[in-house]
Amino acid sequence: MERLVKKYEDVTAVDGLSLRVEKGELFGLLGPNGAGKTTTINILCGLVKPTSGLVSVYGFDVQAEHWKVKRLIGVCPQETAVYDYLTGLENIELFGSLYAMRGDLLKARRKTLLEKMGLEKDAERRVEKYSGGMKRRLSLILALVHDPQVVFLDEPTAGMDPQSRRAVWGFIRELKAEGKTVILTTHYMEEAEELCDRVGIIDHGKLIALGSPRELISDDEVGSLEELFIKLTGRRIREDA
Amino acid sequence: MRIQRVLAIVRKEVKKTVREPEILFMIFLFPVVFMLAFSTFFGGAGGEQPIYEIGVVNMDEGGSSQTLLTLLSKTGLLSPRLYGDNETAQADLSQGKVKAVIILPSDFSVSLASYNAAPGEPGKWVNTTITLFLDKGSLVAIQAVPPILQQALAATAGRESQAVLNPFRVQVASLVEVKTLSAFEFMAPGMFTFASIYILMMVAQAFIQDRVNGMMKRIRITPITPVEFITGQVFSYMLIALVQAALVFATVYILGFRPNVGLATYLFAFAILMVFSLSNVGFGLIAATLAKSSGAATGFSFLFLLPQLFLGTFVGMSLSQTAQIAGRLVPSYYVTDALASLFLRGASILSPAILLDLAVTSVFSAAVLTLGILLYAKYFRV
Repeated sequence: MERLVKKYEDVTAVDGLSLRVEKGELFGLLGPNGAGKTTTINILCGLVKPTSGLVSVYGFDVQAEHWKVKRLIGVCPQETAVYDYLTGLENIELFGSLYAMRGDLLKARRKTLLEKMGLEKDAERRVEKYSGGMKRRLSLILALVHDPQVVFLDEPTAGMDPQSRRAVWGFIRELKAEGKTVILTTHYMEEAEELCDRVGIIDHGKLIALGSPRELISDDEVGSLEELFIKLTGRRIREDA
Repeated sequence: MRIQRVLAIVRKEVKKTVREPEILFMIFLFPVVFMLAFSTFFGGAGGEQPIYEIGVVNMDEGGSSQTLLTLLSKTGLLSPRLYGDNETAQADLSQGKVKAVIILPSDFSVSLASYNAAPGEPGKWVNTTITLFLDKGSLVAIQAVPPILQQALAATAGRESQAVLNPFRVQVASLVEVKTLSAFEFMAPGMFTFASIYILMMVAQAFIQDRVNGMMKRIRITPITPVEFITGQVFSYMLIALVQAALVFATVYILGFRPNVGLATYLFAFAILMVFSLSNVGFGLIAATLAKSSGAATGFSFLFLLPQLFLGTFVGMSLSQTAQIAGRLVPSYYVTDALASLFLRGASILSPAILLDLAVTSVFSAAVLTLGILLYAKYFRV
């Protein structure tokens, strides 16, 4: 993305953001609430039109060639967006159909993903009976059902218990091992430290730090990414805001 | 357009309908709004007396029948419309354009003159028969027109009371079934329309929920096109309307509404209800555009639901003249009118009035659906 700007009336949500994420990279987008992380993700996946600036994915302009981009990306939104009245399996089949996946391919893919996410035993239960963590895992499956090359994960482990969180971390590492590009936003600094090749910290829509967690920690002579975050943004990280 | 995607949306919506029956009525608001609207339409407000048109085929060779026609007009309830022949009058009766057809015989004036010459001597009268055809689909026609006509005939003969003998005999035509329909049977066509109207609330709720819980956003990220998405939604609601109509038809059949019509009439009724469901999808989309929450969607849905309910279904059977004119502005009016003509008056599905109802319903539905899609797409994107 180059010189990306998004304004909502008199509020500038993203303010001249320029950033390049390499193929196969696991990139963390960090920032306090309202910093512009979700707006940036929404622009990257074509949901929100930028006020100005250029955004491309795999060389395709997100606005002009969004039909091509849609096939390349998978998005796990911040909200646990799954259909409660469908079963886990039906949710996966629905989204597989929206990606026009063939029956046998979809069947194989859903089996793999359900196993990896530990939902195979609950696949035929209605989602309304799932726990919050199970819903988040299903949401992640829906983002990945079509085997995208670029994965946007907006707070993928928010509200999960430690076991589920660890399981998802393992899964995100697998995605990277498969050569997929992963861009995640998170409130959990240890998550970013643990998983990301590089992180970008944004505040008030501007990029204020960029580099690998280790580089950033040593350059600023702080003990952890969380300390650095607070030092740069001057705010505490709050999950509930 | 990929059928796979359209069908995926249809399956999802059908499962939702089956598994998540929505609460359509607000617990507190609906009774209040309902009672207010009900009292407005059926109470004192706007309560001028409706005037019903009746057809008259005047074969009288004298001029006395004019007195009768004047008296009928003066009742303030009936407005006689003259026809040159019985066939045209019958066609209009079968299409609901007039509530009744009166055939005045050629010897009407002669009969009246004989009566006036010897009012106390029935043996010298030239008795004559006035034939009356009634609209089976109209409670007013069956219950009110015969006594009003008898009264007018008595007055024409110079008698205030119809109990006094006169040479006029009113015969309700034998070719018309005069079985008095129950109130339920009168209401049945409007009930079919009534049931279908509630789809608009379901559409509004579905779109709002998908928007609020992030599903709309998630779907927009997939390669489904807006046309595929909307087509899937429209198909699913048409399917729901079809099943709903079948259930309502079956229920009223079990309850005793068994009109003497053929399969084609039923198929036509299903077809017009399908077309009508499109307008309700459109109204639902407009409500979803205006609303920001599920509760607000219910409220906005009532804005579109109540006029259709009161002006265009069984509720509107006894509407004031003003309300009847206002009814022309809602699509449910035309659907109920067509169904009443088909099931109660025995009109043919190819009769001009029925085809006109279908045409108006189609135009209405296409316009409202297009407007709904455009508004929703403009403000929320699909």
